[in-house]
Amino acid sequence: MSDLIIGILASFGALFALLAGIGIIRMPDLYLRISVTTKAATLGIGLIMFAAGIYFNESSITTRVLAIIFFLFLTAPVGAHLIGRSSYFTGIDLWKKSKMDDLKGKYDVKSHSLKSDVKAMDKASEKSNQSE
Amino acid sequence: MTIHDYLYYIILPILSLSAVLVFIRFLLGPSLSDRVVALDLLITIGIGIISVYSIVTNQPTFLDIAMIFALIAFLGTVAFSYYLEKRKKNE
Repeated sequence: MSDLIIGILASFGALFALLAGIGIIRMPDLYLRISVTTKAATLGIGLIMFAAGIYFNESSITTRVLAIIFFLFLTAPVGAHLIGRSSYFTGIDLWKKSKMDDLKGKYDVKSHSLKSDVKAMDKASEKSNQSE
Repeated sequence: MTIHDYLYYIILPILSLSAVLVFIRFLLGPSLSDRVVALDLLITIGIGIISVYSIVTNQPTFLDIAMIFALIAFLGTVAFSYYLEKRKKNE
């Protein structure tokens, strides 16, 4: 019975890891590749770790497995956000067929802070230029 | 077919194939950020391979190495993104 559960969990996990591998080859854009890394791979590896936890069936190892899964689910979005933010600043283009760029013009180029109103930011920068 | 045979002959090759695909992106990657993302995914798939291998060989000690891999992957991504941003600012 537990062999069947391990087999199903490991199969789905390997399937999602393979989908992540195909996705990171086929996706046209860095930002779409980041979305593959965070979602498909995290789910797949989480399922495989669950299979390992069920196989060993021991409280110390289950705790270890749960700690790894918790850590993966906690760090994957944070790392993806950080690398996406810094690559947006370094000027990596979006896919040429993407319809809109919501962040365009909303980041201050020098201080890297996010503003919601573009016109107010331009006025403020003009004022600071005049005062200088 | 026992669960060991199934994991050894079917699951491990699938995971290895996906690791090879990610490594192709790591070699191709037009920008440095692509390579950082591919490295992160490569280490994540490596964690999966280690956990399957620990089932096959019946050695739960390997899971400790998987945990350390997860830590190092996160630290590497954070450090790379930090220095990418710094490099752009200083230019």
